[in-house]
Parts: sequence; structure tokens; C-alpha cells
Amino acid sequence: MTIELKKLTKRFGALTAVDAIDLAVGDGEVLCLLGPSGCGKTTTLRMVAGLEYATEGEVILGGKRVNDLAPRDRNVAMSFQFYALYPSLTVAENLAFPLHADSLGKSEIEARVKQISDTLQLNDILNRTPGQLAEGEKQRVAVGRSIIRDPQCFLFDEPLSRLDVQLREEMRGEIKAVLQGLSKPTVIVTHDQLEALTMADRIAVMRDGRIEQVDTPHNVFTSPTNLFVAGFIGTPQMNLLPATLTGSDGGGKAEFTIDGGQSMTIEIDPRIGELQPGARVTLGIRPRNLEISSDPAEDGISTKIDIVEPMGAETLAHLSDGRHDLRLVTDWRVPLTEGAQVHTRFPPGATHIFTENEQVLRTT
Amino acid sequence: MARKYREIGKAGWGYTAITSVVGFVYFFPVLWIILTAFKTRTDALAVPPKLFFTPTLDNFQSVFFRASITTGTSQATDMGLYFFNSIFIAFTSVGLALIVGTLAAYAFSRYPLRGNDTYLFIILTTRMMPPIVVIIPIFLMFRLSGLAGSYWGIILLYTAFNIPFSVWLVKSFFDELNPEIEDAARMDGASERRVFFRFCIPQILAGLSATFVFGLILTWNEFLFALLLTGVETRTVPVAMARTLGGEVGVDYGLLAAIVTLFLIPIFFVTFLLQNQLLRGVTFGTVKK
Repeated sequence: MTIELKKLTKRFGALTAVDAIDLAVGDGEVLCLLGPSGCGKTTTLRMVAGLEYATEGEVILGGKRVNDLAPRDRNVAMSFQFYALYPSLTVAENLAFPLHADSLGKSEIEARVKQISDTLQLNDILNRTPGQLAEGEKQRVAVGRSIIRDPQCFLFDEPLSRLDVQLREEMRGEIKAVLQGLSKPTVIVTHDQLEALTMADRIAVMRDGRIEQVDTPHNVFTSPTNLFVAGFIGTPQMNLLPATLTGSDGGGKAEFTIDGGQSMTIEIDPRIGELQPGARVTLGIRPRNLEISSDPAEDGISTKIDIVEPMGAETLAHLSDGRHDLRLVTDWRVPLTEGAQVHTRFPPGATHIFTENEQVLRTT
Repeated sequence: MARKYREIGKAGWGYTAITSVVGFVYFFPVLWIILTAFKTRTDALAVPPKLFFTPTLDNFQSVFFRASITTGTSQATDMGLYFFNSIFIAFTSVGLALIVGTLAAYAFSRYPLRGNDTYLFIILTTRMMPPIVVIIPIFLMFRLSGLAGSYWGIILLYTAFNIPFSVWLVKSFFDELNPEIEDAARMDGASERRVFFRFCIPQILAGLSATFVFGLILTWNEFLFALLLTGVETRTVPVAMARTLGGEVGVDYGLLAAIVTLFLIPIFFVTFLLQNQLLRGVTFGTVKK
């Protein structure tokens, strides 16, 4: 069983919410649609569910085109952002509701409800109505209701966005465990990258109705293909410095002049040779990859420490070269003094180089 | 000095007392009518007005049975029929308006037309002018179509007048609902009809009750159309009440007060029955779920 989207497009009047996206979710794969608000990820999900009609393109479930099928005929389960529990029904009735469509016997319905409520620990709250439930319980009921019918694939819309931090971590694990047990193609929509990185087998990063990159969480993080993905994935955000290429030895080393005047020579991908000196680029380095030293080094620039934010095991420091804010995350034991001058170093292989059209140059 | 501040959730006796006084002032006319209903003719007209008197039920009796001036024998009045008319006409038309209004409101809310707001505005325009403006064309239409004097005529008219109000109010209740619940029901195999009846309607019952009561109060007290468009058989209580004013022997205030008192009962009863729903309905959507 697979989910396939071909040139899927949704237009609302003049607005193109989803712009000809191609995507395939394999059997048992969990794919996260990740992107900022309004990027079209929920619309994409709703088109798979059948709640929105695709303007163009195809939705293919298990090899069958389902564009013209009503939601109830697609055998797809969806869990909604606000849980969408039926307010007038009890938890047990909520769980049983999807089964009524399959015209099962009463005893079988009861057995299935029992099984789900055992798995998700809902036994104590089966007779309550949604209004009497805590947020975490509502989430579990919503998950239970979506898996009870044994559908061919699962869709989750912002499953954890309404939970507090602690519950979110707990539920993240729980949902992951449930999904692994089911091994059905699953699409999760989220704007929370941590959620995507932890739960997904693959992440599709979306912006303005288009897919910017589809890859494993690790690859999306370590090898962003463009400036948007680089800036969007990772907390704190990747440092992005506009610069000009001033020289290259044709091999692995290149000299850049950062806007503002300082220059540095760093070791990077040999493909830099494709660029002419004078080319405008954006240098990207993750706050955790940036190093500091007290002595000037040619592979970095000198900065002043602006603000130090202790985060427990690590410390986040904002460095400034007078023009750009550079974020640095380092072990909490490293002494950092606000106002002090430090020299940054860009270790070999840690810098991503983006060309003027925002695509990455370095691919390793 | 810090200003004394009031504990939230406690109003104190002073405020309760003020509210009681204001409440009493509001209720006084109603109370006066009810008291008058139990007075003899002399007591009702006494100057200064009497607060303490010997109550009598004569007025209530003469609502339904009155001595004929000419023969002196007790005769049944048609007041029973008029009460039935009022109840039948008001409940039927408000009920019809609520059904039509709810269906229309759902459509306006969930399946918006091109220029949805324009249509909603047009619906409302019928309520923008005073009814008296349209009374002549409506009267002529009713005469020509033979609807004048019939139950259906007045019921249709009241229904038409209640629909705009119902559509607008009920639409606002539908708009407040979380559409995810409907989507979830669709995903779970519910038909559109089931989505509407099983999931949308139960969520707005409070709102529907409020709409019903407001419509009922408006219709119950309507006088102008009832005066011109009902016949002898379909006359409503407000019209009948007005006719007692022109009695042969001057205004019988006790009798009038007795009719008003009886007239209050059904609406009191309905409002009381639905009051919990009503409060929830009126405040619907003011607090985010």
C-alpha cells in the first residue's frame, strides 16, 4: 500500500495553495510534511483525505486513482488538529463510530473498542464525553478513533500542537510506537521540526505550495539543498552570512569576503571551482558547528559576544561582527563573557555554500 | 493607600440591593397588571390605587363566560378559540421559520454561494422597514389570493417574517462550530445528512432554543398584521384583547388584565422551560471552546 501524489495542485481562486507537487509515501513509511503556516501542507493532506477536491493532478492510493472518491470511500483515517471528537458521544461511542460504516456486529465493535482502549490506556475514561477529558486524553482518543478501523493509510494534522511540552514528548513516543506497530503509509503534517525530525522516516519540507526537499531527517538536517531548508530546519537557526568569493585555489580552499569587510579562507567542497571569483554566495554554518578561539585564525572572523543565554547543558551565545548576528551553541563549561572579543572558526566541511539562486553548492 | 479591591466572584449586599430595586422597577408594570386581574372593577379604578384588596377570580371567569347585556344570561365567549389561535399560529410559524432558517443557515455557512453576503443582506432587508409600510400590498395580495382570514395566510406571513432572523442567528451558531468535527464524521463514513443531523444540530441546540424563544416572543405579541389579516375564526389574543377595549360600558380593566395575565402564561412557561438553553444560546460563541 502506497500513497502517491502526481502534479497535485489546489487553487483557491487566484491563490495557488498547492503547486504541482509530486510525492510518494512507501508502505509502512512515515512522511512528515513540514513547513511554515500557510505553505499548503494541510491542504495537501486534505486532498489525500478527500476533504478538498484537487484542482489538478492525481491522488493515488494503493495504485488506484481516488480523486473522485468521497472521503468515506477512500478508507483513509485522519486525526485532526483540534481532535474533532464528537462532543455529544462518549469516548467509547467516539471510538466505535468509524466502525458503524463497516456494518460490523455489536460484539465485534465492542471487542475492537476494548482492544484499542487497552492499547491506548483509555479504559478509565470510556464513559466520559470529550468535554470532560484532558488534552492528552483527547489526543489519545483521537488517535484511537483513527486507527480503530484498520484503514489503508493514516493522516495526522498537527497531532501534537495543542499539547504542553512534557505531554508532547510523551505523545510523540506513543504515536511513534503506534505507527511502527501498524506499518501503514502515514503522512504527518507539522510546523514543528522537532516533531518531524523525531517521528518521520522522511521529511518533505514545503514552502509556498511547493516541496523544497524530500529526504531523511538526517539528510534534511545535514545536507539542505537550498537556503530555505537550511534556514528552516535546526534550532537555533543556521547562521547565514552573505559573502563574496574572492579567491580559490581550484582545489579545496577558498577565500571569502563577508559583507562588512572581514575575509576568511576555509576548506570546502571542490565544486567551488565552478564559481568565478567575485560571485555572490551565502555561507551557512550551524551554531553547534561553529568554534571559537582566543587567537585570530584565517578560517574565521573576529566577533564580539553580545548576549549569553544558558540553556542547561549548552550555552547559546549571540556573536556580532558589527553587521551580522552569529549564533553559537557550545558546552556550558566553556567560559563566555558578554562584551569580550572572540575569534570564530569554521571547521572543514561544516560550511554550506549557497549560490545566488539560493541552491546549495556543496553536496557532501 | 492602596485602593480596596473587590474579591472576584462576590458582589456584596449593596449591589444585590440596587439590582433588586432596578429589577422591581422593571417588573412593576407586569406585577400591576397581574394584581389588577384579581381586583373588582371598583378596586381597579380606585384613586389612590389600592395595593391591598380582596382578590377575586371574577375577571378570569368573565374572560370565558360573560353576562350578555341584552339577556342577562351567562354566555361563552370565543376567548378559548383565540388562545388556541395564538398558540397554534405562533408555534407553527416560528417552528416552520426555524426549520427553513436552520437549513438555509447551514447552506449559507457551509456551502457559500458566490456573493454569499449579498444574499444574506437581501434576506435581511425585509426586516429593515417598519411592517406598516408593506401592510397595504400584503393586504391586497391576501385578499386576491384568498389567504386573508385563513390560518395558512397568517402562518405563512409570520414564517416569512421570522425566517431572516432565524437564518442570521442560526448561521452565526453554525459558523462557530469547529468544521473539523464534520470532516472527521465524513472520514468516518457518515453521509452528509448524518453529519448535519447527528453532529451539527446537537451542537447548536442551545442556539436553536434561543432563536425559537426570541421568534416566539416577537410573533406572540404581534398585533398589526393579526388585526388586518385574521378573520373571526382565526383571530389571535392581542386582537381580541383590543376589541374588549371598545365595550358598551367603557373599558373593563379587570377583564383586560385577566386576559393579559393568561396571555403571559404560555410564553412564561416556554421561556422558563428553555432558560438554561437560552442563556447558553445567547452567549454562544462569546467564549472560545
